[in-house]
Amino acid sequence: MISDITIGQYYGGSSAVHRLDPRVKIILTTLFIVIIFLCKNFLSLAAMFVLTAASILISRVPFRMFFKSLKPILPIILLTAVLNIFYIKKGTVLWSFWIVTITTGGLATAFFMAVRIICLIMCSSLLTYTTTPTDLTDAIERLLSPLKVLHIQVHTLAMMMTLALRFIPTLIEEIERITNAQKARGADFESGGFLQRVKAMLPVLIPLFVSAFRRAYELSFAMTCRCYHGGEGRTRMKQMRVHAADFVALALFAVVMAGVIVLNHFFGKMI
Amino acid sequence: MNDYIQFQNVTFAYEIEGEAPKPVLKDFSLNVYAGEFVAVLGHNGCGKSTVAKLCNGIELPQKGKVLVDGLDTADEEKLLTIRQRVGMVFQNPDNQIVATIVEDDVAFGPENLGVDPSEIRRRVDDALKRVDMYDFRRFEPHNLSGGQKQRVAIAGVIAMQPACIVLDEPTAMLDPRGRKDVMETVKMLNREHGITVVLITHYMDEAAQADRVVVMDHGKVLLDGTPRQVFARGETLKQAGLDVPQATALAALLQRDGLDVPADVLTVDELADAIAAAKR
Amino acid sequence: MTDPILETRNLTYTYAPKTANEVTAIREISVAIERGTLVGIIGHTGSGKSTLIEHFNGLKKATSGVVLLDGRDIWENKKEIRQVRFRVGVCFQYPEYQLFEETVYKDVAFGPKNMGLSEEEIDRRVREVLSFVGLEERYLELSPFDLSGGEKRRVAIAGIMAMEPQVLVLDEPCAGLDPKGRATVLAMIENYQKTTGSTVVVVSHSMEDIASIADRILVMNKAGLAFFGTVEEVFSHAEALVAMGLDIPQMTQLCLKLRARGFDLPETFYTVEQAHGAILACLKKEGTA
Repeated sequence: MISDITIGQYYGGSSAVHRLDPRVKIILTTLFIVIIFLCKNFLSLAAMFVLTAASILISRVPFRMFFKSLKPILPIILLTAVLNIFYIKKGTVLWSFWIVTITTGGLATAFFMAVRIICLIMCSSLLTYTTTPTDLTDAIERLLSPLKVLHIQVHTLAMMMTLALRFIPTLIEEIERITNAQKARGADFESGGFLQRVKAMLPVLIPLFVSAFRRAYELSFAMTCRCYHGGEGRTRMKQMRVHAADFVALALFAVVMAGVIVLNHFFGKMI
Repeated sequence: MNDYIQFQNVTFAYEIEGEAPKPVLKDFSLNVYAGEFVAVLGHNGCGKSTVAKLCNGIELPQKGKVLVDGLDTADEEKLLTIRQRVGMVFQNPDNQIVATIVEDDVAFGPENLGVDPSEIRRRVDDALKRVDMYDFRRFEPHNLSGGQKQRVAIAGVIAMQPACIVLDEPTAMLDPRGRKDVMETVKMLNREHGITVVLITHYMDEAAQADRVVVMDHGKVLLDGTPRQVFARGETLKQAGLDVPQATALAALLQRDGLDVPADVLTVDELADAIAAAKR
Repeated sequence: MTDPILETRNLTYTYAPKTANEVTAIREISVAIERGTLVGIIGHTGSGKSTLIEHFNGLKKATSGVVLLDGRDIWENKKEIRQVRFRVGVCFQYPEYQLFEETVYKDVAFGPKNMGLSEEEIDRRVREVLSFVGLEERYLELSPFDLSGGEKRRVAIAGIMAMEPQVLVLDEPCAGLDPKGRATVLAMIENYQKTTGSTVVVVSHSMEDIASIADRILVMNKAGLAFFGTVEEVFSHAEALVAMGLDIPQMTQLCLKLRARGFDLPETFYTVEQAHGAILACLKKEGTA
């Protein structure tokens, strides 16, 4: 069922990872992504893998959740691995047939890339699992607030993100409802060629847009009634404060980053 | 009694480009008194939703004036004050919840007013407890029932500490259970916290619970009085496309047959008592 | 004499079976809906009413049990399921939100067109159902989006009626309408049922509405079938209905309260007219005794 998709996919808890300042979490995740692309050998990659695994363990978010977020990416990971295996010809030849040659270098690269992507996905999933969508948008708003100097409407952007997150489940339910209603009138979404199928979607899309506009109109009324007048003079109930734990996490990441650079430098490039 | 909201000879028409303006209210006057619970009844299109939108300056009258606690809604400087004092709850619970977490939504109004963070926290918790939704404060709105969402919307309004709440058909999309919960909440806010309530509805049994019922028809006040006075006018109500509670309708029939039953009963209980008394 | 048009046998539907989120929405439902009757379905939100009607036209497939239409399993031939949807027309809650065409005519014609009917037949049906829902011919060329809420509702219902289904199922057809709108829609459903002689199923929260139009009532409670019988039979279980947390018609409440005060009311009444007659009869009897 489409309504099974959880957007923002927050997984509640009160672990140390959950309690980190969301701004710090965003910075750490960004740092992580940068570092993982700096990794040049298995030692540094192993360090990153251990860091990922440790963070996951601390968060107490079950592994099956991470497997769930990996599942849609799995074909891409496999495809890159296969391409690497066949295209990279380095090191000892293990097997060769016609134009296909498999080398140790190819296998190693394939493995390296796969682990890198897996770490990347796990780490960004960890961010969304341990941070509510509201906290995320709030943190983004606060992190980007220096851009106000450039007259960029940071608050408006964050508000739009919040509203999008708020209304995605509502609209998904609506799609399901309209689809059922049109099916009950004999609409056929399953047969015919591509163009026919696109045309068959119109009885769903038109009412969906009409309803989305109506919702937007009513919502803007409701917001005005609740004294919304943009970001000016607005306070926030939830204050974000950096605690000792946040500094520890930042320090830890700094150490790992330094470690990766050292490992890269002293143990040579693998790729 | 003090007037809280005053409609003074208000004329209002929706103007659509290229079409003749559609008049909604014609020389409409109504006073809402501080602390009362008034129900506004009328069939769809009689102008009752426009009355709601005029209460806090979402729409402005073309002629006449709307005053809230003495402040003119046409005065743009006063709009934020007016909107803080007159909170609004709409029909569709989905289309008035802004945040992805219940408590963040309740905080939305006070945040817009620039209230101090610790004070917002206090108000949010207090408002959620009052509408009996405190246990759901960390829920996502789409996992709540219609009645629960509507109570969150009410909490969002009371967190702004208004003197008056205007509810525009708040129960039209709810099931019987949700309707009952919302009505109980509204009555509690009026009786225990002294908040003035304007309830726009087309459910007769809800209107019967108010202190005063105003019936609108074609942009004018048709009847204005206590529920008993208004529902005793069955014929007039029918002409305005409305109904009377079934108990009132039956009382009228029995009275016509010469039974000594008052015509202004509102509830089944009253009617049962009246019939039992007539038997003796 | 029984001649059921639509029958369910041990119908069970489970969401997310064999997971932690497993919920049984309907359990072992066996009902037979007689041809040409008007059946009302009542029950709480979440009692399984909506899931049940989604099985009637094959929008959901039961975890176990069967749905028989005219004695044949609707899933007998998977490819024919669209044909079943033309024979069991389901009109969901707030159907006005499914309108999408440029004109009322085209929107009402959507179902019949999907059935592959000829232009003449479609034209005949569109004009005929429009009179059922009490709209004049001039509405045909209007945009459905320019109509009032009540008119949109009627156009949407007409769109289902135009498929001329053997069974018309309406989920909360009066939701959100004002008293006049409710009365119009109820009268329209009654008239449609009487004129066409087809079978109609109406889901509603309003006991008064159901009491005034239905021949039989089906009561759902906690995913199971609580009662299925004539209006008199079902409302004679008033105490049980109250225990389920359901409302009972106001006049039935009055009946119970008068009995508690010592009135001798042999028949449970549920409409104002019945109450009127019964109370007068009771008082007369006591007066003469």
